[in-house]
This record gives sequence, C-alpha cells and structure tokens, in this order.
Amino acid sequence: MTDPATNHDQVLEEAARWRAEGHKVALATVIETWGSAPRPVGSQLAIRDDSEFVGSVSGGCIEGDVVTRALDTLATGKPEIVEYGVSDAMAWQVGLACGGRIRVMVEPVSG
Amino acid sequence: MEREILDRLVRDRAEKRAVMLATRLTDGIQKLVYPSDKSEETWLIKAVSEVQSSDKAAVVAGPDGEWFLNPFNPPLRLILIGAVHIAQPLARMGALAGYDVTVVDPRTSFASEARFPDMTLVTDWPDEAMAALAPDARTAIVTLTHDPKLDDPALVAALRSPAFYIGALGSKKTHAARVARLTEAGFTAEEIARIHGPVGLAIGAKSPAEIAISIMAQITETLRK
Repeated sequence: MTDPATNHDQVLEEAARWRAEGHKVALATVIETWGSAPRPVGSQLAIRDDSEFVGSVSGGCIEGDVVTRALDTLATGKPEIVEYGVSDAMAWQVGLACGGRIRVMVEPVSG
Repeated sequence: MEREILDRLVRDRAEKRAVMLATRLTDGIQKLVYPSDKSEETWLIKAVSEVQSSDKAAVVAGPDGEWFLNPFNPPLRLILIGAVHIAQPLARMGALAGYDVTVVDPRTSFASEARFPDMTLVTDWPDEAMAALAPDARTAIVTLTHDPKLDDPALVAALRSPAFYIGALGSKKTHAARVARLTEAGFTAEEIARIHGPVGLAIGAKSPAEIAISIMAQITETLRK
C-alpha cells in the first residue's frame, strides 16, 4: 500500500520513499500541546520539496503555514520550533480555531 | 533528521521493533534508542522506558536541556476468529485504524486470499493459532464464527491472555449459552465478564459493514477511554 491516499499512517515511510526518489523532504512533528489540540503529541507531517504533503499536525488549521516553514528549512538546513496559538479568523491569522496551543518541530531530512 | 536515522526508523517499523526517536530540542541532535539499549546515559534510559510503556510522546527535561521522546511501538494487533462476511469489512477497518490484523479460520474456503486480499490469514485451529500468536496487552480479539467448536478455544486462550479487548459475536441467547460453557470450563464470572457479548456498541447496526463499525467503535472505546 504505497498510495498516499490509503497511506495516512505511513508518514515516515512516505518520507523515506520520497527521499529515495531524489526529493528533498522535511518533517514536522507535534512536540507539545496545551488545551484542546486536534492531534496528539508525536503526530507527524512529511513535506516534499514540491509542497506535496502527507499526514497532519492539526485538523488542517496550520498545515499551510507548516508547509511553508518546512520549505524554508530545506533551504537553510536548520530545524526550527514553531508555536501556534488561537487563531483570529477575522484577521486571517494562522492558528488553531479550537482554542488550543501547540508546539511543532520542523526539520529537514539531511544527508 | 539525518537520512540514515529516517531509513533505520522505517526499517524498525517494518520489522515491528519498538524504538524511540530522541531529539534534543536545543540543537536538534537526534538518536534512536532501543528498549534493550544499556549504553545510553542512565537518565535517558529511564525516561525512554517510561515514555515507551505509556506509548505517548513527551518532552522531558534532561541534564543538557529539553529532549523530545517519540516512541514508535509495534502496531496494536487485532485477531479475528472466523473469516466470515463481517470479518471482511472489520479486517479492513482494523487495518485503517492502524492495527496489524490476523484472520484465523481453519476452513480454507472462508480464509481465502480472494476474500481477504493483503491480510494475514492463519488456517490453523484457533487454539493452535492463538498459542502461536500469543496475544498481549496491545491485542484485541473478536470471535465471529457462531460455532463453539471454533469460537470457544479462542475465547479460552483470550481469557488466559492480557488482551485489552475480547468480543464475541452472537445474540444474548447465544452468549448466555457461551457463558454457561465457559463457567463449566472453570472460568469465574469476573473473568467471563471481560468478554463483550453481544459484541459491539448498540447503534442498531444491520449490515456486515455496520456491525464492523460497531465492533471497531467498541474496541476504540475500550482502548482510549
């Protein structure tokens, strides 16, 4: 089962496969949550250099921003820790509608 | 993450080996730690063992800063006794929910590759199959055959195991007869009460897929609540 559509629990496997195919790949991992968070600590998102991604770190609220930052880490080669809080829907700010707060580690796959 | 670590992690997962990915958050330094590993620093071995058994990732304070410990335990297991119609959607739902699914049925006309593509099929008798599978505390077991000759030996093995969920398909009447047989076999009421029977949450399920949903929901409830 290598079809990404049926492969939602195979984030690392997909990342390794993309890397083997010659893509640059980054990983994002939920490392801490406070309050109501949509995905538990340890949840992962793999991001490919062409913005393709698999997995999740939220209910879809912050993935867009995480993908952008992941692409940045591919350029810098340095991991980054990002914190997301409550979103303000009116201000189009990136955040969590559920009211929780999460800390996400974004890192490039190197070597 | 170094590519070498990613590849090793993927290999450990494929070979169903428990492993911990430890990341020092101050600088992103990473390593894989195995439960049998004794060469690491004492505080890390202790923290790894606690996080591994809780199965929940966590940030811990180390002497050299914060570490993020992400456990990768082998998948939960779901053992289905009876390669019957309900087992077909239930096996697929179990796999979708992340379980390593095994379908046991000595009747090879039922336990066929055509009926269960890509599933692990065991055609031994349930008592032998259960002895070989050795269910642990991360295993759910559901009997589905309606046939005491097949269901009962599996339930006996299940009751003697630490399985976190045991379910048995059958009406209230069938279950009462089953309870009587297991009592006869020497199990206490408390032990027999571990069996969810009639199996599944009461959601009025009718079709095999709906019944599979009710069973999968009850397994999830037992695991998470």
